[in-house]
Amino acid sequence: MRYEAPRTLDQAVELMSAESGLARVLAGGTDLLVQLRSERIEPDLIVDIKRIDGMSAITAERGGFRIGAAVSGAVLGEHEGVTALWPGVVEAANLIGSTQVQGRATMVGNLCNASPAADAVPALIAAAAQVAIAGPNGRREIPVESMVLSPGKNALEKGEIVESLYLPARPERSGDAYLRFIPRTEMDIAVVSAGVSLTLDEGGRITAARVGLGAVAPRPLLVEAAASAIVGTNLDEAALDALAAAASAACDPIDDKRGTIEYRVDVAGVLAKRAANIAYARAGGSR
Amino acid sequence: MSQIHVSTKINGDATEYLCEPDETLLDVLRDRLGMTGTKEGCGTGDCGACSVTLDGRLVCSCLVLGAEAEGCEVGTIEGVAEGEALHPLQTKFLEHAALQCGVCTPGFLVAAKSLLERNSDPSEEEVRYWLAGNLCRCTGYDKIIRAVLDTAKEMRSA
Repeated sequence: MRYEAPRTLDQAVELMSAESGLARVLAGGTDLLVQLRSERIEPDLIVDIKRIDGMSAITAERGGFRIGAAVSGAVLGEHEGVTALWPGVVEAANLIGSTQVQGRATMVGNLCNASPAADAVPALIAAAAQVAIAGPNGRREIPVESMVLSPGKNALEKGEIVESLYLPARPERSGDAYLRFIPRTEMDIAVVSAGVSLTLDEGGRITAARVGLGAVAPRPLLVEAAASAIVGTNLDEAALDALAAAASAACDPIDDKRGTIEYRVDVAGVLAKRAANIAYARAGGSR
Repeated sequence: MSQIHVSTKINGDATEYLCEPDETLLDVLRDRLGMTGTKEGCGTGDCGACSVTLDGRLVCSCLVLGAEAEGCEVGTIEGVAEGEALHPLQTKFLEHAALQCGVCTPGFLVAAKSLLERNSDPSEEEVRYWLAGNLCRCTGYDKIIRAVLDTAKEMRSA
Protein backbone atom coordinates (compact mmCIF):
# COMPACT_ATOMS: atom_id res chain seq x y z
CA MET A 1 0.00 0.00 0.00
CA ARG A 2 1.18 3.50 -0.89
CA TYR A 3 0.32 6.63 1.08
CA GLU A 4 0.17 9.95 -0.76
CA ALA A 5 -0.69 13.39 0.60
CA PRO A 6 -0.99 15.64 -2.47
CA ARG A 7 -1.14 19.44 -2.18
CA THR A 8 -3.69 20.05 -4.93
CA LEU A 9 -7.01 18.56 -5.92
CA ASP A 10 -5.76 17.97 -9.47
CA GLN A 11 -2.88 15.87 -8.14
CA ALA A 12 -5.29 13.93 -5.93
CA VAL A 13 -7.60 13.18 -8.87
CA GLU A 14 -4.62 12.18 -11.00
CA LEU A 15 -3.38 9.78 -8.33
CA MET A 16 -6.84 8.26 -7.86
CA SER A 17 -7.36 7.94 -11.63
CA ALA A 18 -3.93 6.48 -12.39
CA GLU A 19 -4.08 3.76 -9.73
CA SER A 20 -4.92 0.46 -11.40
CA GLY A 21 -5.65 -1.28 -8.10
CA LEU A 22 -7.91 -0.20 -5.26
CA ALA A 23 -7.58 3.46 -4.27
CA ARG A 24 -9.22 5.05 -1.25
CA VAL A 25 -9.50 8.64 -0.05
CA LEU A 26 -8.42 9.37 3.53
CA ALA A 27 -10.00 12.32 5.31
CA GLY A 28 -10.90 11.60 8.95
CA GLY A 29 -10.08 7.90 8.63
CA THR A 30 -12.62 6.79 11.23
CA ASP A 31 -14.22 4.34 8.80
CA LEU A 32 -11.21 3.70 6.55
CA LEU A 33 -8.75 2.68 9.26
CA VAL A 34 -11.27 0.28 10.79
CA GLN A 35 -11.76 -1.31 7.36
CA LEU A 36 -7.99 -1.57 6.89
CA ARG A 37 -7.49 -3.21 10.25
CA SER A 38 -10.23 -5.77 9.67
CA GLU A 39 -8.83 -6.39 6.18
CA ARG A 40 -12.29 -5.79 4.78
CA ILE A 41 -10.51 -3.74 2.14
CA GLU A 42 -6.86 -3.92 1.09
CA PRO A 43 -6.18 -0.77 -0.90
CA ASP A 44 -3.10 -0.30 -3.05
CA LEU A 45 -3.21 3.45 -2.63
CA ILE A 46 -4.44 5.83 0.05
CA VAL A 47 -4.79 9.50 -0.86
CA ASP A 48 -4.84 11.77 2.17
CA ILE A 49 -6.74 14.90 1.11
CA LYS A 50 -6.09 16.97 4.25
CA ARG A 51 -3.05 18.77 2.78
CA ILE A 52 -5.11 20.16 -0.10
CA ASP A 53 -5.95 23.87 0.18
CA GLY A 54 -9.56 24.53 1.10
CA MET A 55 -10.43 20.95 2.03
CA SER A 56 -10.52 21.83 5.73
CA ALA A 57 -12.38 25.11 5.27
CA ILE A 58 -15.95 26.23 5.86
CA THR A 59 -16.71 29.10 3.49
CA ALA A 60 -19.73 31.41 3.29
CA GLU A 61 -21.14 31.25 -0.24
CA ARG A 62 -24.33 32.72 -1.76
CA GLY A 63 -25.96 32.97 1.66
CA GLY A 64 -25.16 29.35 2.49
CA PHE A 65 -22.01 27.48 3.41
CA ARG A 66 -19.52 25.29 1.59
CA ILE A 67 -18.11 22.58 3.87
CA GLY A 68 -14.77 21.13 2.75
CA ALA A 69 -14.46 17.36 2.58
CA ALA A 70 -11.89 17.26 5.41
CA VAL A 71 -13.86 19.39 7.91
CA SER A 72 -14.24 17.36 11.10
CA GLY A 73 -17.42 17.12 13.15
CA ALA A 74 -15.72 19.06 15.96
CA VAL A 75 -14.82 21.96 13.65
CA LEU A 76 -18.32 21.95 12.14
CA GLY A 77 -19.93 22.00 15.60
CA GLU A 78 -17.84 25.01 16.64
CA HIS A 79 -18.87 27.03 13.57
CA GLU A 80 -21.50 29.53 14.68
CA GLY A 81 -22.69 30.42 11.20
CA VAL A 82 -23.48 26.86 10.10
CA THR A 83 -24.96 26.00 13.48
CA ALA A 84 -27.29 29.02 13.26
CA LEU A 85 -28.37 28.35 9.66
CA TRP A 86 -28.59 24.53 9.68
CA PRO A 87 -28.80 23.37 13.33
CA GLY A 88 -30.32 20.02 12.33
CA VAL A 89 -27.39 19.18 10.05
CA VAL A 90 -24.85 20.08 12.72
CA GLU A 91 -26.64 18.08 15.42
CA ALA A 92 -26.79 15.08 13.09
CA ALA A 93 -23.07 15.27 12.27
CA ASN A 94 -22.21 15.73 15.94
CA LEU A 95 -24.08 12.55 16.93
CA ILE A 96 -21.51 10.41 15.13
CA GLY A 97 -19.26 8.54 17.57
CA SER A 98 -17.34 9.93 20.52
CA THR A 99 -15.42 13.16 21.17
CA GLN A 100 -12.37 11.38 19.75
CA VAL A 101 -14.24 10.36 16.60
CA GLN A 102 -15.64 13.90 16.24
CA GLY A 103 -12.06 15.17 16.23
CA ARG A 104 -11.51 13.39 12.91
CA ALA A 105 -14.74 12.16 11.29
CA THR A 106 -16.11 14.25 8.41
CA MET A 107 -19.64 14.63 7.00
CA VAL A 108 -18.34 13.86 3.52
CA GLY A 109 -16.75 10.66 4.81
CA ASN A 110 -20.02 9.73 6.52
CA LEU A 111 -21.75 10.26 3.17
CA CYS A 112 -19.16 8.41 1.04
CA ASN A 113 -19.09 5.45 3.43
CA ALA A 114 -22.63 4.91 2.16
CA SER A 115 -24.17 3.35 5.24
CA PRO A 116 -27.97 3.29 5.24
CA ALA A 117 -27.76 4.38 8.91
CA ALA A 118 -25.29 7.26 8.49
CA ASP A 119 -26.40 10.01 10.86
CA ALA A 120 -25.43 13.03 8.78
CA VAL A 121 -27.19 11.90 5.61
CA PRO A 122 -30.94 12.23 6.35
CA ALA A 123 -30.31 15.73 7.71
CA LEU A 124 -28.29 16.63 4.59
CA ILE A 125 -31.09 15.25 2.41
CA ALA A 126 -33.64 17.37 4.28
CA ALA A 127 -31.32 20.36 3.79
CA ALA A 128 -31.12 19.78 0.00
CA ALA A 129 -27.33 19.74 0.23
CA GLN A 130 -25.32 19.48 -2.98
CA VAL A 131 -22.23 17.29 -3.36
CA ALA A 132 -19.32 18.85 -5.31
CA ILE A 133 -17.26 16.17 -7.04
CA ALA A 134 -13.94 16.49 -8.87
CA GLY A 135 -12.81 13.80 -11.28
CA PRO A 136 -10.74 13.03 -14.36
CA ASN A 137 -13.51 14.49 -16.57
CA GLY A 138 -13.85 17.70 -14.60
CA ARG A 139 -16.24 18.79 -11.89
CA ARG A 140 -19.88 17.94 -11.30
CA GLU A 141 -22.49 18.55 -8.62
CA ILE A 142 -25.19 16.11 -7.58
CA PRO A 143 -27.96 16.28 -4.98
CA VAL A 144 -26.98 14.51 -1.78
CA GLU A 145 -29.84 12.00 -2.04
CA SER A 146 -28.26 10.63 -5.27
CA MET A 147 -24.97 9.86 -3.56
CA VAL A 148 -25.72 6.61 -1.70
CA LEU A 149 -26.71 3.78 -4.05
CA SER A 150 -26.77 0.77 -1.71
CA PRO A 151 -25.04 -0.30 1.51
CA GLY A 152 -21.35 0.58 1.10
CA LYS A 153 -21.74 1.75 -2.51
CA ASN A 154 -21.68 5.43 -3.51
CA ALA A 155 -22.14 7.23 -6.81
CA LEU A 156 -18.47 8.16 -7.35
CA GLU A 157 -16.85 7.02 -10.58
CA LYS A 158 -13.26 5.83 -10.87
CA GLY A 159 -10.87 8.64 -9.98
CA GLU A 160 -13.54 10.92 -8.49
CA ILE A 161 -13.20 12.68 -5.14
CA VAL A 162 -15.81 14.63 -3.20
CA GLU A 163 -14.48 18.13 -2.74
CA SER A 164 -17.18 19.70 -0.58
CA LEU A 165 -20.81 19.81 0.44
CA TYR A 166 -22.90 22.90 -0.19
CA LEU A 167 -25.58 23.83 2.32
CA PRO A 168 -27.84 26.36 0.62
CA ALA A 169 -29.13 29.71 1.86
CA ARG A 170 -32.56 29.63 3.42
CA PRO A 171 -35.53 31.97 3.44
CA GLU A 172 -36.73 33.67 6.62
CA ARG A 173 -38.81 31.48 8.94
CA SER A 174 -36.99 28.23 8.14
CA GLY A 175 -35.90 25.48 10.52
CA ASP A 176 -34.49 21.98 10.46
CA ALA A 177 -34.01 19.13 12.94
CA TYR A 178 -32.64 15.60 13.09
CA LEU A 179 -33.57 12.81 15.48
CA ARG A 180 -32.38 9.23 15.71
CA PHE A 181 -33.47 6.36 17.87
CA ILE A 182 -30.78 4.32 19.64
CA PRO A 183 -31.25 2.08 22.69
CA ARG A 184 -28.35 3.81 24.47
CA THR A 185 -27.79 7.51 25.19
CA GLU A 186 -24.75 7.98 22.90
CA MET A 187 -22.12 6.13 20.85
CA ASP A 188 -24.49 3.97 18.84
CA ILE A 189 -25.76 3.41 15.31
CA ALA A 190 -29.23 4.65 14.39
CA VAL A 191 -32.00 2.06 14.46
CA VAL A 192 -34.20 4.65 12.72
CA SER A 193 -33.55 8.32 12.00
CA ALA A 194 -35.36 11.30 10.52
CA GLY A 195 -34.36 14.76 9.30
CA VAL A 196 -36.91 17.46 8.52
CA SER A 197 -36.42 20.93 7.05
CA LEU A 198 -39.25 23.38 6.48
CA THR A 199 -40.10 26.99 5.71
CA LEU A 200 -43.15 28.93 6.94
CA ASP A 201 -45.11 31.92 5.68
CA GLU A 202 -46.01 34.81 8.01
CA GLY A 203 -49.06 32.96 9.24
CA GLY A 204 -47.07 29.88 10.26
CA ARG A 205 -48.25 27.87 7.25
CA ILE A 206 -45.62 25.52 5.79
CA THR A 207 -44.64 26.62 2.29
CA ALA A 208 -41.83 24.14 1.64
CA ALA A 209 -40.55 20.99 3.34
CA ARG A 210 -38.14 18.13 2.87
CA VAL A 211 -38.03 14.90 4.85
CA GLY A 212 -35.09 12.45 4.96
CA LEU A 213 -35.17 9.03 6.62
CA GLY A 214 -32.25 6.80 7.65
CA ALA A 215 -31.78 3.12 8.56
CA VAL A 216 -35.16 2.10 7.12
CA ALA A 217 -34.10 1.12 3.59
CA PRO A 218 -30.93 0.04 1.73
CA ARG A 219 -30.10 3.73 1.40
CA PRO A 220 -31.13 6.97 3.12
CA LEU A 221 -34.40 8.19 1.63
CA LEU A 222 -35.83 11.50 0.46
CA VAL A 223 -39.55 11.08 1.19
CA GLU A 224 -41.45 13.53 -0.99
CA ALA A 225 -44.86 12.22 0.06
CA ALA A 226 -44.04 12.98 3.69
CA ALA A 227 -43.09 16.55 2.78
CA SER A 228 -46.27 17.01 0.69
CA ALA A 229 -48.30 15.84 3.69
CA ILE A 230 -47.33 18.93 5.67
CA VAL A 231 -46.92 21.62 2.99
CA GLY A 232 -49.87 24.02 3.13
CA THR A 233 -50.66 23.15 6.75
CA ASN A 234 -49.83 24.71 10.12
CA LEU A 235 -48.54 21.30 11.24
CA ASP A 236 -51.81 20.46 12.97
CA GLU A 237 -52.54 16.98 14.32
CA ALA A 238 -54.01 15.76 11.03
CA ALA A 239 -50.93 16.96 9.12
CA LEU A 240 -48.61 15.28 11.61
CA ASP A 241 -50.53 12.03 11.29
CA ALA A 242 -50.38 12.23 7.49
CA LEU A 243 -46.63 12.92 7.73
CA ALA A 244 -46.12 9.88 9.97
CA ALA A 245 -48.18 7.66 7.68
CA ALA A 246 -46.23 8.78 4.60
CA ALA A 247 -42.89 8.31 6.37
CA SER A 248 -43.84 4.81 7.51
CA ALA A 249 -45.13 3.92 4.04
CA ALA A 250 -41.76 4.81 2.49
CA CYS A 251 -39.83 2.37 4.69
CA ASP A 252 -38.35 -0.85 3.39
CA PRO A 253 -36.19 -1.91 6.34
CA ILE A 254 -34.36 -5.06 7.35
CA ASP A 255 -35.11 -7.16 10.40
CA ASP A 256 -32.04 -7.37 12.62
CA LYS A 257 -30.98 -7.54 16.23
CA ARG A 258 -31.29 -3.78 16.56
CA GLY A 259 -34.87 -3.51 15.36
CA THR A 260 -37.62 -5.46 13.65
CA ILE A 261 -39.26 -4.37 10.42
CA GLU A 262 -42.51 -3.46 12.16
CA TYR A 263 -40.69 -1.50 14.82
CA ARG A 264 -38.63 0.50 12.33
CA VAL A 265 -41.66 1.29 10.17
CA ASP A 266 -43.60 2.54 13.17
CA VAL A 267 -40.76 4.55 14.74
CA ALA A 268 -39.93 6.23 11.41
CA GLY A 269 -43.35 7.90 11.56
CA VAL A 270 -42.92 8.89 15.19
CA LEU A 271 -39.47 10.40 14.64
CA ALA A 272 -40.59 12.26 11.51
CA LYS A 273 -43.38 13.88 13.56
CA ARG A 274 -41.08 14.82 16.42
CA ALA A 275 -38.39 16.20 14.10
CA ALA A 276 -41.05 18.19 12.22
CA ASN A 277 -42.27 19.69 15.51
CA ILE A 278 -38.73 20.79 16.43
CA ALA A 279 -38.07 22.18 12.93
CA TYR A 280 -41.42 24.04 13.07
CA ALA A 281 -40.54 25.63 16.41
CA ARG A 282 -37.07 26.58 15.14
CA ALA A 283 -38.68 28.25 12.13
CA GLY A 284 -40.61 30.43 14.59
CA GLY A 285 -43.94 28.67 14.18
CA SER A 286 -46.33 28.44 17.12
CA ARG A 287 -49.61 26.62 17.42
CA MET B 1 6.90 -1.20 0.92
CA SER B 2 9.11 1.83 1.33
CA GLN B 3 9.00 3.51 4.68
CA ILE B 4 7.82 7.08 5.09
CA HIS B 5 9.92 9.68 6.86
CA VAL B 6 7.87 11.79 9.26
CA SER B 7 8.87 14.95 11.15
CA THR B 8 6.58 15.87 14.00
CA LYS B 9 6.46 17.33 17.48
CA ILE B 10 5.53 15.07 20.36
CA ASN B 11 4.82 16.74 23.71
CA GLY B 12 6.71 19.75 22.42
CA ASP B 13 9.82 17.85 21.34
CA ALA B 14 10.79 17.68 17.67
CA THR B 15 10.70 14.00 16.72
CA GLU B 16 11.44 12.11 13.53
CA TYR B 17 10.58 8.55 12.65
CA LEU B 18 10.19 6.14 9.77
CA CYS B 19 6.94 4.21 9.44
CA GLU B 20 5.12 1.91 7.07
CA PRO B 21 2.28 3.52 5.06
CA ASP B 22 -0.33 1.43 6.86
CA GLU B 23 1.12 1.81 10.35
CA THR B 24 -1.01 3.66 12.89
CA LEU B 25 0.20 6.53 15.04
CA LEU B 26 -0.51 4.28 18.03
CA ASP B 27 1.91 1.63 16.75
CA VAL B 28 4.51 4.29 15.98
CA LEU B 29 4.28 5.71 19.50
CA ARG B 30 4.44 2.34 21.23
CA ASP B 31 6.65 0.19 19.01
CA ARG B 32 9.00 2.67 17.35
CA LEU B 33 9.30 5.45 19.92
CA GLY B 34 8.90 3.34 23.06
CA MET B 35 6.14 5.61 24.38
CA THR B 36 4.02 2.86 25.85
CA GLY B 37 1.90 5.11 28.07
CA THR B 38 -0.66 5.24 25.27
CA LYS B 39 -2.59 1.96 25.39
CA GLU B 40 -4.17 -0.18 22.73
CA GLY B 41 -7.65 -1.41 23.62
CA CYS B 42 -9.93 -2.16 20.70
CA GLY B 43 -7.91 -0.76 17.79
CA THR B 44 -11.14 0.43 16.15
CA GLY B 45 -11.82 3.78 17.82
CA ASP B 46 -14.44 2.51 20.23
CA CYS B 47 -12.64 2.44 23.60
CA GLY B 48 -10.50 5.60 23.79
CA ALA B 49 -7.53 3.90 25.53
CA CYS B 50 -5.23 5.24 22.78
CA SER B 51 -6.43 8.87 23.08
CA VAL B 52 -3.89 11.53 22.14
CA THR B 53 -4.21 15.08 20.88
CA LEU B 54 -3.34 15.90 17.28
CA ASP B 55 -2.88 19.64 16.73
CA GLY B 56 -4.89 20.16 19.91
CA ARG B 57 -7.80 17.89 18.92
CA LEU B 58 -8.60 14.79 20.92
CA VAL B 59 -8.38 11.72 18.65
CA CYS B 60 -7.90 7.96 18.84
CA SER B 61 -4.31 7.28 17.76
CA CYS B 62 -5.41 3.87 16.45
CA LEU B 63 -7.46 5.74 13.81
CA VAL B 64 -4.58 7.94 12.65
CA LEU B 65 -1.82 6.80 10.32
CA GLY B 66 1.71 7.54 11.48
CA ALA B 67 2.29 9.25 8.14
CA GLU B 68 -0.52 11.72 8.82
CA ALA B 69 1.35 13.25 11.77
CA GLU B 70 3.84 14.96 9.42
CA GLY B 71 4.17 18.56 10.59
CA CYS B 72 1.60 18.06 13.37
CA GLU B 73 1.81 18.46 17.14
CA VAL B 74 1.03 15.28 19.04
CA GLY B 75 0.20 15.27 22.76
CA THR B 76 0.39 12.00 24.72
CA ILE B 77 0.03 10.89 28.32
CA GLU B 78 3.80 11.23 28.71
CA GLY B 79 3.37 15.00 28.36
CA VAL B 80 0.66 15.35 31.02
CA ALA B 81 2.89 15.44 34.12
CA GLU B 82 5.70 17.99 34.25
CA GLY B 83 8.70 15.95 35.23
CA GLU B 84 7.95 14.50 38.66
CA ALA B 85 5.08 16.92 39.24
CA LEU B 86 1.77 15.24 38.53
CA HIS B 87 -0.99 17.09 36.69
CA PRO B 88 -3.90 17.95 39.03
CA LEU B 89 -6.01 15.36 37.18
CA GLN B 90 -3.48 12.63 38.00
CA THR B 91 -3.46 13.64 41.67
CA LYS B 92 -7.25 13.62 41.81
CA PHE B 93 -7.48 10.25 40.04
CA LEU B 94 -5.29 8.84 42.82
CA GLU B 95 -7.27 10.59 45.58
CA HIS B 96 -10.61 9.39 44.26
CA ALA B 97 -9.32 5.91 43.40
CA ALA B 98 -10.53 6.57 39.86
CA LEU B 99 -8.64 3.60 38.47
CA GLN B 100 -8.25 -0.08 39.09
CA CYS B 101 -6.40 -2.02 36.39
CA GLY B 102 -5.22 1.23 34.82
CA VAL B 103 -5.34 0.36 31.13
CA CYS B 104 -7.97 2.99 30.34
CA THR B 105 -6.42 5.62 32.62
CA PRO B 106 -3.98 7.31 30.20
CA GLY B 107 -6.81 7.75 27.71
CA PHE B 108 -9.13 9.17 30.35
CA LEU B 109 -6.44 11.60 31.54
CA VAL B 110 -5.62 12.85 28.04
CA ALA B 111 -9.34 13.19 27.23
CA ALA B 112 -10.21 14.91 30.52
CA LYS B 113 -7.30 17.33 30.16
CA SER B 114 -8.55 18.22 26.68
CA LEU B 115 -12.02 18.90 28.14
CA LEU B 116 -10.74 21.11 30.96
CA GLU B 117 -8.65 23.13 28.51
CA ARG B 118 -11.84 23.97 26.64
CA ASN B 119 -14.26 24.19 29.54
CA SER B 120 -12.99 25.00 33.03
CA ASP B 121 -16.41 24.48 34.62
CA PRO B 122 -18.13 21.50 32.96
CA SER B 123 -21.36 20.06 34.34
CA GLU B 124 -21.46 16.39 35.29
CA GLU B 125 -23.47 15.73 32.13
CA GLU B 126 -20.86 17.50 29.98
CA VAL B 127 -18.07 15.43 31.55
CA ARG B 128 -20.00 12.20 30.98
CA TYR B 129 -20.70 13.02 27.33
CA TRP B 130 -17.14 14.20 26.67
CA LEU B 131 -15.76 10.97 28.12
CA ALA B 132 -18.37 8.68 26.53
CA GLY B 133 -15.71 7.43 24.10
CA ASN B 134 -13.45 6.25 26.92
CA LEU B 135 -14.44 2.85 28.21
CA CYS B 136 -13.56 1.53 31.67
CA ARG B 137 -14.54 -1.97 32.66
CA CYS B 138 -13.43 -1.66 36.32
CA THR B 139 -14.58 1.49 38.06
CA GLY B 140 -18.17 2.00 36.97
CA TYR B 141 -17.20 5.56 35.93
CA ASP B 142 -18.53 7.44 38.98
CA LYS B 143 -15.12 7.82 40.60
CA ILE B 144 -13.63 9.02 37.33
CA ILE B 145 -16.36 11.60 36.87
CA ARG B 146 -15.96 12.80 40.46
CA ALA B 147 -12.19 13.08 40.03
CA VAL B 148 -12.60 15.20 36.89
CA LEU B 149 -15.21 17.49 38.47
CA ASP B 150 -13.06 17.86 41.60
CA THR B 151 -10.00 18.71 39.48
CA ALA B 152 -11.97 21.34 37.59
CA LYS B 153 -13.10 22.87 40.87
CA GLU B 154 -9.58 22.92 42.28
CA MET B 155 -8.05 24.35 39.10
CA ARG B 156 -10.67 27.12 39.03
CA SER B 157 -9.80 28.20 42.57
CA ALA B 158 -6.05 27.93 42.00
